[in-house]
Amino acid sequence: MDATSPPTDNETRAMRRPSRRTWWRRNENWILGSLSMLAFLCFWEVAVRAGAVNPLFTSSPSRIVMTGFAMFADGSIYEHLQASGTEFFIGFALAVVVGVPLGILMGWYSRLNAVLEPFVSALYATPRIALLPLVVIWFGIGLGSKVAIVFLGAIFPILVNTITGVRTIDADFIKVARSFGSTDRQMFLTVALPSSVPLLLTGLRLGLGHALVGIVVGEMYGATQGLGYLIAVAGARFQTDKVMVGILLIASLGIALTELLRAIERRFERWRPNQRG
Amino acid sequence: MARPPKLDVRHVSLEHYNERTRQALAVLDDIDLQLQEGELVSIVGPSGCGKTTFLNAVDGLIAVTGGEIRVDGRLVDRPGPDRAFVFQHDSLFPWRTVVRNITYGLELQGRLARPDMQERARALVDLVGLKGFEEHYPHELSGGMRQRVNIARALAVSPELLLLDEPFAALDAQTREFMQFELMKILARAKATALFITHQISEAIFLSNRIVVFSARPARIKDIVAVDLPAVRTLAMKHDPGFVALESRIWRLIEEEAARTGMIAAA
Repeated sequence: MDATSPPTDNETRAMRRPSRRTWWRRNENWILGSLSMLAFLCFWEVAVRAGAVNPLFTSSPSRIVMTGFAMFADGSIYEHLQASGTEFFIGFALAVVVGVPLGILMGWYSRLNAVLEPFVSALYATPRIALLPLVVIWFGIGLGSKVAIVFLGAIFPILVNTITGVRTIDADFIKVARSFGSTDRQMFLTVALPSSVPLLLTGLRLGLGHALVGIVVGEMYGATQGLGYLIAVAGARFQTDKVMVGILLIASLGIALTELLRAIERRFERWRPNQRG
Repeated sequence: MARPPKLDVRHVSLEHYNERTRQALAVLDDIDLQLQEGELVSIVGPSGCGKTTFLNAVDGLIAVTGGEIRVDGRLVDRPGPDRAFVFQHDSLFPWRTVVRNITYGLELQGRLARPDMQERARALVDLVGLKGFEEHYPHELSGGMRQRVNIARALAVSPELLLLDEPFAALDAQTREFMQFELMKILARAKATALFITHQISEAIFLSNRIVVFSARPARIKDIVAVDLPAVRTLAMKHDPGFVALESRIWRLIEEEAARTGMIAAA
């Protein structure tokens, strides 16, 4: 084989693209998923209209949609959305700003890790919701306590995954960098940081889930506004439609943010195999 | 010879201290070896005899416990820009494209402006026969192609001495043969001085001017065999009587060592 000749069969094998699939095979999964969802909603609606179940307990798709529209129309929903959104973004942003650098430092410096690890492990193992009464004692029932509980929920998955990411760097990469005479700083920037990105992003995604739980439970426990508060109050008054609207909004928020992070993950992991599918 | 050797290894010995057993293990024993500029020398020896340790010591990744190693007269005490290492596993950074992997060493050294680095990387992509794959990521390449990038990455820093640790061990037999031929051409074009380790005797003969046979651990130099084959070699040469004779001669040397340490039963 000449240096300028195209790669041999042996060598092209790794580069061959998957063969083009038919339209149906590409879209099969989401179509089946949507159909089953639609069937479920129809069944629900029909069951309520036929009087088979009491809408007081189950509500119905049409009632939920109507209530949702009404709440947006009269503007009563906005204060709750705004409250929950503010709590979430401040709490999550703080968790990222503190968790990522601290995780990198703890992963890199084993002494620092030894000092802080017991606290992290203990708090990670504790359901953060159990701390809620304490958090309310410290920060009151306003914005502060919710930001704190979102922060506590999100920071540990971020921290733990970032630490693992930095600690599990391939020893071969370190050797390559050393062989090229890398300084500690270069080692950190060119090896430790990029190789920990995948786990760091996984940490963000897990942290997101915990943050949402934190909002809802925090607002149910003690608050004057927010989606969790809305759900709790509506539930106490048997306003099932409103409860469902609140749940749907929280779920949509969760899905949207998770998808956003997935998109970022894909963007950062272009270099990783098996990203499609 | 007036010119000082490119690599000068004098009475090098190395002991590895095992923390757990609290015992010192002699790995290298009084190794003496000189490489002239442009020479291609390979090291063969029984498995586990300390070949890789020796190469790591020459790169400055491991400190020797006795003797000294000099490259162009400069004492080796840490990795330096005058040496580059081609690792057994390609160890390419999966988050860097082919070009960015090749420029890695240059980026660390910071001696060149980015456009100059790019230009050199592209020239090397050409040299190792990967034109058109500049912006590919390692996972999009086959094993042989990744090993070419690995070699290009080492050549990029224009090392005085290239150290290769079984660069083809992970490749299938066929690709390996082709890559030997490729490497021979690449090293000739780059006018490199190289020291490499291999388990495959025919590979050692094919690629080098001299072959150093290491004894079983602690490694000493058992013999140095000159390869008197034409400088330009072809894969077909592996079947020449001269080549085959050399192969069995070196094999006998290794076999002796293996038998001596009970790795195989003595005949």
